[in-house]
Amino acid sequence: MKYVDEFRDPVLIGNVAREIRNTVDPARTYRIMEVCGGHTHSIYRHGLRDVLPANIELVHGPGCPVCVLPTGRVDDGLSIARHPGTILTCFGDMMRVPGTQGTPLELKAQGADIRMVYSPLDALRLAQENPDKNVCFFAIGFETTAPSTALTILRAQALGLRNFTIFSNHVTIVPAMRAILDSPDMRLDGFVGPGHVATITGCRPYEFIAAEYRKPVVVSGFEPLDILEGILMIVRQLHAGETKVENQYRRIVPFEGNPAALRALAQVFVLRPFFEWRGLGFISQSALAIRPELAAFDAEVQFELPGVRVTDPKAAQCGEVLKGVLKPAQCKLFGKECNPERPVGALMVSSEGACAAHYRYAARAQEQEHEQELEVSRGASGA
Amino acid sequence: MCLAIPGQIVEFHADQPLLARVDVGGVRRNVNVGLLEEQLEVNDWILIHVGFALSKISEREAHDQLQMLKAMGEDELAMEEVRGYTFAEESVAVT
Repeated sequence: MKYVDEFRDPVLIGNVAREIRNTVDPARTYRIMEVCGGHTHSIYRHGLRDVLPANIELVHGPGCPVCVLPTGRVDDGLSIARHPGTILTCFGDMMRVPGTQGTPLELKAQGADIRMVYSPLDALRLAQENPDKNVCFFAIGFETTAPSTALTILRAQALGLRNFTIFSNHVTIVPAMRAILDSPDMRLDGFVGPGHVATITGCRPYEFIAAEYRKPVVVSGFEPLDILEGILMIVRQLHAGETKVENQYRRIVPFEGNPAALRALAQVFVLRPFFEWRGLGFISQSALAIRPELAAFDAEVQFELPGVRVTDPKAAQCGEVLKGVLKPAQCKLFGKECNPERPVGALMVSSEGACAAHYRYAARAQEQEHEQELEVSRGASGA
Repeated sequence: MCLAIPGQIVEFHADQPLLARVDVGGVRRNVNVGLLEEQLEVNDWILIHVGFALSKISEREAHDQLQMLKAMGEDELAMEEVRGYTFAEESVAVT
């Protein structure tokens, strides 16, 4: 647990970890999904696996926006950059996500005008500064990020901009959780609910999971202590035989969410009938399209996009890893053809992707252990 | 991706009610506060995501959030993001 030592509450963390070990029933297993990629990163970064009892299994969820974006949508976005007089903008996370014909970064090196921005408002500013160009923002993200895109569109409308569009790939987490719960190969006991998404959505949208599926949901923060507390609350709910939505992250997440942000979402977006998620397939009512009355700002209306569905390379098992059926290292390509320097699948691109996190923190440690074991065995056999 | 960065409001702009000038670790940038309903004042702390304030937080929570970004190795990334916000800079006097 080397990283936790750097953290501010090592004593508290130790106490909660001990409480979990004392509370769990050794006769059963607990499969708990952390929904958010930020949780996945924190779990690996702080070595939380090492402080949990072996019968608690953490399953990494789909809450990493670039990881669930299907390759066909990356191709669609990059096709916009091929239009003359166009500036395509995106967040840094997107720059290394491979499409069929390369990543945004590679396309940029070939001369396309693709620029990284830190805020959709920076893309808007580019449109104001370049009236002779069409500026498009490749929008990704869950409910945490979508309200920012919504306000940016409303601002573009207020400014009367005619050269600014959004390619919306915003998705909503709840339908994905339902899809996972309905998947026959998923057997989960509870969820560490997404922290920053819930800042916007509040806790109510998760109540169906407790009511219909009888699984605990604990919306949790991202510090090691938050995640461990969330897990302990889930274990306690399971033992008490009651399922409900609890809010561990009360200091940041209001139970009712952020009403102004929810209004902005409703004003700008409509739910798509269905949307493809990488690894999870088509999920109905799971993504946000720009309302028809704002079509002037909708890249899907303003540009002709290929719209070709691209299946993942056969050997890559991103889907199984995304659903938690396989561990990252069980994929045939993990650490070989697919690595952070040359990712095949998006799970290897983002630091929130399960594969990148596993490669960075866990696989290295295992490799070192393995090498040490080899040295010991070589020493023992005199080789 | 869901990086949430704590910052302290240092100034409002009379002509741009949706923007607040915010200090993040000594770097000052404009942030859009249009997603917040509550009354904001100078010295208030907010949580920032892609140029927008997501929620108002306490000073203690801002401090904890900063510690967490450090522990996650994401503090540099957060500063890079804030430095990268360039919207509406031209309309505001540099402090």
